[in-house]
Amino acid sequence: MANEYAENTTLRSPLGRVRGLGSAKGGTHHWWMQRVTSMALLPLMLWFALSAASLAGASYAETVAWIGRPWNAVLLLATIALAFHHTAAGIQVILEDYANQEWVKMGGILAIKAICWLLALASALAVLRIAV
Amino acid sequence: MATFTLPKNSTVTTGQTYKAEAGAKNLRSFRIYRWDPDGGANPRTDTYEIDLDTCGPMVLDALIKIKNEVDTTLTFRRSCREGICGSCAMNIDGLNTLACLKPIEDVQGDVKISPLPHLPVVKDLVPDLSQLYAQLRSVEPWLKSDTPPPPDAERRQSKEERAKLDGLWECILCFCCSTACPSYWWNGDRYLGPAVLLQAYRWIADSRDEATGERLDDLEDPFRLYRCHTIMNCARTCPKGLNPAAAIGKIKQMMVERQS
Repeated sequence: MANEYAENTTLRSPLGRVRGLGSAKGGTHHWWMQRVTSMALLPLMLWFALSAASLAGASYAETVAWIGRPWNAVLLLATIALAFHHTAAGIQVILEDYANQEWVKMGGILAIKAICWLLALASALAVLRIAV
Repeated sequence: MATFTLPKNSTVTTGQTYKAEAGAKNLRSFRIYRWDPDGGANPRTDTYEIDLDTCGPMVLDALIKIKNEVDTTLTFRRSCREGICGSCAMNIDGLNTLACLKPIEDVQGDVKISPLPHLPVVKDLVPDLSQLYAQLRSVEPWLKSDTPPPPDAERRQSKEERAKLDGLWECILCFCCSTACPSYWWNGDRYLGPAVLLQAYRWIADSRDEATGERLDDLEDPFRLYRCHTIMNCARTCPKGLNPAAAIGKIKQMMVERQS
């Protein structure tokens, strides 16, 4: 969309503008990890939803005991890591799509990564304090 | 942020209505986007009533009739009138297509025509395609091979290898797909768009080409390639029935393949 106005602000040739800064030689890992995490989250989220539903009406002690079981804790940690990785990757794509100003885009991506990291660490700590 | 509304000087106003001659029975209204770069006025929609009994079957026939008989100032590109040159690509009835391949009778009610979306307009239905042509040039759409061709013979290709180019070589570069793609609307200055990526894949898929790796290197970019979110507008709008999204999917697949 920037290009509609670019005619008025630069005399650079269209080919020069299109070649721009060249290929970033990246993006594949980000794209592939988005697919891999979404596939991995399918069974994990199903397991998590069914488990949470089965815990409905359970007491505090029963719920804590459920989280503390080794396999449950491991799967919960995996769900937390993958879900926040997937969230950060997805929101990064939205920001790249719609944020045109470089500082908004870069600032937004850094902010969302920081928020997802902190939430993931806090969630992981909560599980570990119960399980370990 | 991406701009979702038109700037004030691009808001489309209501223009003139050109009535058909008295006695015409089979009437159809064509509502056509008009903009003159010299006037300084906003774009407008002019309405032309056309007697379909004296007009050819395609939308392009109606445009030519209007230009010849009603309003000579109406400006549009056209050449082959048989869907092979790609000149008359425009938005008809809400879908990008070729005016020469679009039957008038396929449109319900008034026929609304505007230029290909989200490109700078040169005049009326003529958009500025220079960025798209530059993007096509940037993927170097020609055979690159260090091995010289056999003497007195062409470069050989098996039938199976040749079959991989089907669904790719038919593209006529009308750019209906690129200008139908929201990702191209928002990031067309960096995203190559479906038409150009299909052309890039046409050479990546060619067994005679020896620059596959370099081609993939040049495309491996969050914006050049990975703005495609498989929205599929490209496949839906292609007047030749091609599927650029599938070609882009194959490029992404090769990007992953060469890393594993």
